[in-house]
Amino acid sequence: MVTVIDGLSLGAIYALIALGYTMVYGIAKMLNFAHGDIIMVGAFAIFVTFSTLGHPLIAILVAVVICTVLGVTIERLAYRPLRTASPLAVLITAIGVSYLLQGIAQLIFGAGNNPVNFLASLGVVSFSLFGSQINVSWSSILTVGLGAILMVGLTLFVKYTRTGRAMRAVSEDRGAATLQGIDANKIIMITFAIGSFLAAFASLFYLSKTPVNPTFGSMPGIKAFTAAVIGGIGSIPGAMLGGILLGMIETICLSIPAISSYTTAIEFSVLIIILMIRPIGLLGKKRRVKV
Amino acid sequence: MALLEIKNLEVYYGVIQALKGISFEVNDGEIVTLIGANGAGKTTTMQAIMGLVPVKSGTITFDGKDITHLPGHKVVGLGLAQVPEGRRVFQELSVQDNLLLGAYLRKDKAGIESDMELIFDRFPRLKERRNQISGTLSGGEQQMLAMGRAMMTKPRILMLDEPSMGLSPILVDQVFSIITDWHKDGVTVLLVEQNAGKSLVISDRAYVLENGRIALSGTGAELMASEEVKKAYLGG
Ligand SMILES: Nc1ncnc2c1ncn2[C@@H]1O[C@H](COP(=O)(O)OP(=O)(O)OP(=O)(O)O)[C@@H](O)[C@H]1O
Ligand SMILES: [Mg+2]
Repeated sequence: MVTVIDGLSLGAIYALIALGYTMVYGIAKMLNFAHGDIIMVGAFAIFVTFSTLGHPLIAILVAVVICTVLGVTIERLAYRPLRTASPLAVLITAIGVSYLLQGIAQLIFGAGNNPVNFLASLGVVSFSLFGSQINVSWSSILTVGLGAILMVGLTLFVKYTRTGRAMRAVSEDRGAATLQGIDANKIIMITFAIGSFLAAFASLFYLSKTPVNPTFGSMPGIKAFTAAVIGGIGSIPGAMLGGILLGMIETICLSIPAISSYTTAIEFSVLIIILMIRPIGLLGKKRRVKV
Repeated sequence: MALLEIKNLEVYYGVIQALKGISFEVNDGEIVTLIGANGAGKTTTMQAIMGLVPVKSGTITFDGKDITHLPGHKVVGLGLAQVPEGRRVFQELSVQDNLLLGAYLRKDKAGIESDMELIFDRFPRLKERRNQISGTLSGGEQQMLAMGRAMMTKPRILMLDEPSMGLSPILVDQVFSIITDWHKDGVTVLLVEQNAGKSLVISDRAYVLENGRIALSGTGAELMASEEVKKAYLGG
């Protein structure tokens, strides 16, 4: 039971980050390798705001604003000029942005760990179920609950709003979308904003697991990217499914002492096996190739 | 003054010159056809007008406004709509979502609703399938959807790139009768076709495009009577 909730909570974190990868890939057709580092910036924003003002809600708000603005700024300055460049040039640029953000963080904060534990300090809920005592941390409950709300909200947004419809159109055929009067650059910008907005919440939730340092975003970033690929990159429900799946596998593996040290290897094996059976990922869509 | 005026238009793909300085015009209320063989530059012309391919030199004027270098999404807002080659409906979206995307720039909610009903009246098969994913429609239904989607932009000029491609003779007739109906309702039409017969019949004027140049022009009737056109585009 505890493992399930902890697994779901780690899964929700991965899913929130994976959504950023998958939406940007689906709509802008690029891998934003700097996405993990946006989580790091969000975590530092929470750390600084919370340690100076002491107010968790303001800290979260500041992180959300900073991440969203940062995502849009990176897109505008680094990626948009390369809209017609080769995918390799864009990839190298994204990796460059990633190191740049880590470098800046290290300049300002140094390489050390900075713990933020207001989530952990919320304590645990204890209750008994079928006669056994169960302790679940509030941070896990909050992560699962808020993560679910964000994901449902995103799904409804993409499905039912005018902008969501335009996002799906640009993702499928940018030229045909332009013929409807859709400004693809604006839609791509909105996509980065949403992805970074979700990443800010991932920063918050991941802070309950580990202190922030300049490489804070690397591990969850890679895991979430894996989750996005498992789910089928470009697919929003796929990113959610992949994230939850990976979070569950990781948590279960870690809770079994005999295999806990092989956790990461097991996760990537799952990725490889799924891709061998279904190269487009669990919920990925086969694209028609346009001639 | 012409509604749409193209002057000395040149377009390159890398070093390949697709359009070698073409000029033509479409007057308000006309149906004008561009005919030409594969690779003549018809699609390139349509895309250049819609701002989808960059123009090297020459001008495109719509309603007195220079739109040569206007980005594609802004061209639509001026009242130009296009049914692209190969239809390009959004396969993963529902029929209704496709039509709503056509109305993306419009703010008149009531007008959008009533125009959608008009489209559904015209294409009952689309109405029955309004919540169906468009990729599952037949080729003919997708052509109807692409045309309906373009009409949802409320265009002043409707441009169609080979709308009869891949359709059965009955559907081709239907497509042409819809085009003439919409034209009667006041929409100016620029048509691109390889099969010249049907399009010349409904056209006020036509141009023949060959290797990126205008080779011939005249009224629909004149071109139908022309020996060259008969030989090359009317099957003898
Ligand atoms: N994206 C592209 N890159 C390079 N060359 C292109 C591209 N698109 C078209 N061309 C070339 O430009 C020329 C004109 O092509 P275009 O598609 O405009 O012809 P078309 O008249 O529409 O032909 P079709 O009847 O086959 O549709 C052709 O020689 C074609 O090979
Ligand atoms: Mg063509």
